[in-house]
Amino acid sequence: MTDKPILEIKGLHKWFGDHHVLKGIDFTVEPGDRIAIIGGSGSGKSTFLRCMNFMETLSEGEIWLDGTSIGVEKKGTVTYPEKQLCQVRERLGMVFQQFNLFPHMSVLANVMEGLVTVKGMSKPEARKVAEAELAKVGLSEKLDAWPGRLSGGQQQRVAIARALSMQPEILLFDEPTSSLDPELVGEVLRVIKQLAEEGRTMLLVTHELGFAYHFATKVIFLAEGVFHEIGTPDEVLKNPQQARTQDFLRRFGEFAF
Amino acid sequence: MNYVPDFSIVTDNWIVLLRGLWVTIQIWIPSIVIGLAGGFLLAQARLARSGWIRGSGLVYVELFRDTPVLIQLIWFYYAFPIIIGVQLSPYAAALLGLTLNTSAYASEIFRGGIKSIHRGQMEGALAIGMTRAQAMRRVILPQVIKRMLPAFTNRTIEVAKMSSLASVISVHELMYQGRLLSSTYYRPFEILTAVAFIYFVLIYPGTFLAGRLEKHLARSN
Repeated sequence: MTDKPILEIKGLHKWFGDHHVLKGIDFTVEPGDRIAIIGGSGSGKSTFLRCMNFMETLSEGEIWLDGTSIGVEKKGTVTYPEKQLCQVRERLGMVFQQFNLFPHMSVLANVMEGLVTVKGMSKPEARKVAEAELAKVGLSEKLDAWPGRLSGGQQQRVAIARALSMQPEILLFDEPTSSLDPELVGEVLRVIKQLAEEGRTMLLVTHELGFAYHFATKVIFLAEGVFHEIGTPDEVLKNPQQARTQDFLRRFGEFAF
Repeated sequence: MNYVPDFSIVTDNWIVLLRGLWVTIQIWIPSIVIGLAGGFLLAQARLARSGWIRGSGLVYVELFRDTPVLIQLIWFYYAFPIIIGVQLSPYAAALLGLTLNTSAYASEIFRGGIKSIHRGQMEGALAIGMTRAQAMRRVILPQVIKRMLPAFTNRTIEVAKMSSLASVISVHELMYQGRLLSSTYYRPFEILTAVAFIYFVLIYPGTFLAGRLEKHLARSN
């Protein structure tokens, strides 16, 4: 692709105390990219994703969005003004493993919340947008339900509708199906697939390698805080070059038939 | 026992008790409202990143929790004026003492409540572009209040009863008037029974409404 990158990551490091989780990552996201990030637990793949919308503060490195560097440098230390982070997060929607729906609000109110509070939309207007997003994920029947009454799969679809309602340019999925019962995984993956067909730019941290293969334009295998291998799904998942990637895939395929 | 209760003493002096009740309300409501607001700010301090701010918050809370309220009220009336060089009225001293005391307790309720809300709630709010303040107001606080409502109700009841301590620094509230009447007529049985009854009538509607509110908020469970 020859498009200008939307998102550029330069020299990203992340420490949690003494634990060096991300060890210098350089990476660009171009419009229409669908990137699957795979790797063992503790490899830093979720942390990597969470650094992009500043759910985690970078220990070192830069993130550029549309050619603008995020953060303000003053005398060698970088600070991140809240206003700027809010703008970034509005443009980078995130879907969490644990959904993080607001339990005290109805399904409809969950999706309207950002539109009203962040975008300053009027309630009737927000309601229209929220209803449309919920229809898209197949939940028009559940507008007035409490999140706690829904299945995990339904909750995750509400969370996706909530993220979509903000019209983000990039969607970040942090293991969106990892806390779901196996029979509910499909309904969430179908929604993600539908978004892929619309040509949205997405990053997906996942253990669903089969889905990653069909979904992604690019697959990254992360191990010990670095990109061990990166390429097309065929390259990384079918013909991995690195021993470590081969090992990881073999362990995943162990019980396949 | 051949004591014959005579409640005419109470009915004859109802205006005195009513005046006392009015002063009690004037101590109770502001100290609970300002105390809760102060408690919320204090909870922010207790959860702050800076060790200094956290430490100061802790000292404040422990000072008020670990000393008798009675002494606090007397202290604000007799000792505090020496330090600041201004004599407070009994009412002002009582209000100040009860408000600060309430803020210390309320801060612990808020702090426990905020900590009990899963971190994912803050992240869910931030991820759609909310500021921390918006997330606190729209997402965290409503859940804290719901979860902590029984504790806040308790505190509100406690303060209503604690306001009776203000009688020792001669604030003319309900208890003060009751003691005055009973020592004037030597009828503590009738008068203090009546005073207790008035406290009950004052407090019960609030606890009843809080119970209803709790049920209403529990509908999303």
